Amino acid sequence: MLAAIGVSSVDELFRDIPASMRFDGELAVPPALTEAELQRHMEELAAKNVVDEVCFLGAGIYDHYVPAVVDAVLQRGELLTAYTPYQPEMSQGVLQAVFEYQTAICELTGMDVSNASGYDGSTVAADACFVAKHATGRSKIVVTEATSPQVRQVIKTYAPGFGLEIVEVPHENGATDPDRVREAAEDAAAVIFQQPNFFGILENAPELAAAAAGDGALPIAHVDLTSLGLLEAPGVYGCAMAIGEGQSAGNSMSYGGPHYGFLAARSDYIRRLPGRIVGETVDAAGERGFVLTLQTREQHIRREKATSNITTNQTLLALAGLVHLSLLGPQGLRELGETCMALSAYAQDRLQEAGLELVFPERATFKEFAVRTRGSAREALAQARTNGIYAGYPLGRDYPGLDDALLVAVTEKRTVEEIDRLVEALAA
Amino acid sequence: MKLIYEKSQPGRRGIGIPKPELPVPELPAGLARKEPPRLPELAEPEVLRHFTELSTRNFGIDTGFYPLGSCTMKYNPRVNERVVGLPGFAGLHPLVEDDAAQGALELEWELQEILREVTGLDAVSLQPAAGSQGELTGLMLFRAYFADRGEDEQRRKIVIPDTAHGTNPASVTMAGYELTPVKTDARGNIDVEDLRGKVDEHTAGLMLTNPSTLGLFDENIEAIRDIFHGAGALMYYDGANLNAVCGISRPGDMGFDVVHINLHKTFSQPHGGGGPGGGPIAVRESLAPYLPVPVVVRDGPGFKLEYDRPKSIGKVRAFSGPFGVFVRSYAFIRSYGPGLREMSEVAVLNANYLLARLKGAYDVPYERLCMHEFVLSARTLKREHGVSALDVAKRLMDYGFHPPTIYFPLVVPEALMIEPTESEAKETLDAFVEAMLAIVGEAADRPELLHEAPHGRPVRRLDEVRAAKQPVVRFGFEAQPVEHSTA
Repeated sequence: MLAAIGVSSVDELFRDIPASMRFDGELAVPPALTEAELQRHMEELAAKNVVDEVCFLGAGIYDHYVPAVVDAVLQRGELLTAYTPYQPEMSQGVLQAVFEYQTAICELTGMDVSNASGYDGSTVAADACFVAKHATGRSKIVVTEATSPQVRQVIKTYAPGFGLEIVEVPHENGATDPDRVREAAEDAAAVIFQQPNFFGILENAPELAAAAAGDGALPIAHVDLTSLGLLEAPGVYGCAMAIGEGQSAGNSMSYGGPHYGFLAARSDYIRRLPGRIVGETVDAAGERGFVLTLQTREQHIRREKATSNITTNQTLLALAGLVHLSLLGPQGLRELGETCMALSAYAQDRLQEAGLELVFPERATFKEFAVRTRGSAREALAQARTNGIYAGYPLGRDYPGLDDALLVAVTEKRTVEEIDRLVEALAA
Repeated sequence: MKLIYEKSQPGRRGIGIPKPELPVPELPAGLARKEPPRLPELAEPEVLRHFTELSTRNFGIDTGFYPLGSCTMKYNPRVNERVVGLPGFAGLHPLVEDDAAQGALELEWELQEILREVTGLDAVSLQPAAGSQGELTGLMLFRAYFADRGEDEQRRKIVIPDTAHGTNPASVTMAGYELTPVKTDARGNIDVEDLRGKVDEHTAGLMLTNPSTLGLFDENIEAIRDIFHGAGALMYYDGANLNAVCGISRPGDMGFDVVHINLHKTFSQPHGGGGPGGGPIAVRESLAPYLPVPVVVRDGPGFKLEYDRPKSIGKVRAFSGPFGVFVRSYAFIRSYGPGLREMSEVAVLNANYLLARLKGAYDVPYERLCMHEFVLSARTLKREHGVSALDVAKRLMDYGFHPPTIYFPLVVPEALMIEPTESEAKETLDAFVEAMLAIVGEAADRPELLHEAPHGRPVRRLDEVRAAKQPVVRFGFEAQPVEHSTA
């Protein structure tokens, strides 16, 4: 090979690199492992994590069941090891799957168009802000305080670059007052609210959307896919966009990623949306096929005038979501929501019977709720862990004054027996 | 083939849900869904078969040679898929207390240390979810750095060469900066004379891919470094092409202040038909205080997530980053150890071999040795036979190869950008050369064969213009009613 190239050594291939910039010597990285050694090393690392405690932790990422078929599909090498489908004739599998994913997201959210996915539930919120700014010509973004702290932090980090001002609307007893939203939304580009909100509480979402839209701000709902078999679609109650974290459908928790964020909108915003979008077309023989479309929005065509810099997204994780939703169907998704609600309500009743108070007792919830602990939530959490129960998320991490509040998530994987153990641990 | 929605049959389902004997609370008035979502209704085997059929209509690195330039389509070791699924990783919630995540934190810390060494820089954030988010994060750090020095309002310009990936200028806009383009010279380097007139006290920095998207190491990099650092500006390294230089030349040693690493390119995270990826950034000490939170730090004998960093820009993504990507890339790196240098050497050797064998048959815009990839031009084929780079790409499919990147970089007409990676055996490279040479012959003898290619794929050439003019981006249930069997 060297002779064909016309050089005498591999080293000569690097002759364009100035001597002052050559790295001499050996990289100080750990020594190479064989596959068997690697497997053992990784098992040892994995064993240092604690995953055998019963998980009542949520706060944006949830311990839902991931069906085996999801793994089987994701391990198909033709899908797993493909790049972005720039050459559609080589990529009809991924392209059709993304088209089907976009359809599922549109159905669930009541929107006209979905992109092929964003990085996660927080970055799609920043993307939605960018769309809203350019659609309205305004630069104020209103976000409810009952929206995930992770989401709010990410929007605030993106804001200076986008030229956005972020205004937060405080919650009142765990929910958002539409009148406060109406005031804050004056001259705003968008209002972002979460449904169910970060405390698990069901907001009066239609009223929040109406309050947001009063002065022309775009209402944006941050929603949980597992709730949308039961809850009305944001598009039906007037939202301009619907966004969220897709992990609940099809992804393991995996210490926070990779997951996918979904971003869907009304057709008015289709040419402003960030990210890949797959569209239907025909081939030279008139047969149906799929391609990446509306690419004049994108960075590789529009460069500095693009709607976003996003290129790599989360297609494989979104595919996992599609597979899971396809297994569930409308009835399964509805039952998934009902089981979460029923178990969560049971947990709330039992905790109250055991003498514990709910933080927002008058509010209706979905799968998550806040409970007051005896003493600090951090201590209660530590105490429960000694009984093999990971009881929830200490809300004091993000909300001053809620140091004795624990956010408890109950998915369909939890059992009555496990909930009884939770109650016992927290009541002790 | 049919869409999954067209296979749907009312009442079928693929998985059951536990139903405890408990009452389901009623939803508050006005919140309940009125129409059920039209998700597919199929039994489990039908769902699996649907997606298996889709997979047969797709091509991955597991299927064959995938020389897509700038995408570094290398083999994805299967053991990495096995270890990422270990319950101790896959079942770990991101918000557990640090004592419950010591294995994950150790892995993240080790990966940070390795990336520091490979880039020759001082501190790392694993948080960015992809290369382009790494770019944006890097530019946010530029702004924080200059704001701390009272220079943010003064320094508004970012210099980018015309060969850059489109993500660079798009990131500049998203960070609130202004773009200053700079030309490429006759050898494929940044035009230093053009550059000198464009860098001054209003310049925040440079974004550069080195080797560039032409697959060329910039021979003027020392002069470029002196110009930017002399003007008090910073340098950003787009790590898309890091696969060329691991253990050979480090961005930190080249003078760069911030680098992103594409874990889904150099470090083998499978790309999943579009993602996921990972775009960690490494920075010089002077920029470390501004890194996103949290950062993994040592804590006695263990590790912890550090949030208390007052100068941090904040968070660009939830939690500490795409952990499963870290698992795979860490496993990949541990399989090589210091042998990462040989990985890059073989990648560069393979690319130069292909270039040497193809340069007589296609136009070569820059007569130089290449790094891990190179760019050919089909301009002569186009002029003499009316055969375009697109035709060549489509015809390659008939020979069983994924085409190279085409029409990029924009500075080369009829560009074919070829990156073989280190994964390929010489026989595969030779077979690809034979196909590329055969196509040149076909262009002269039977050009219609190329215009009409591909011939053996599940679909013929697709009408992209129609897709963009009349966008159909979801299944139209109303317009195309689902076919239900009458049985």
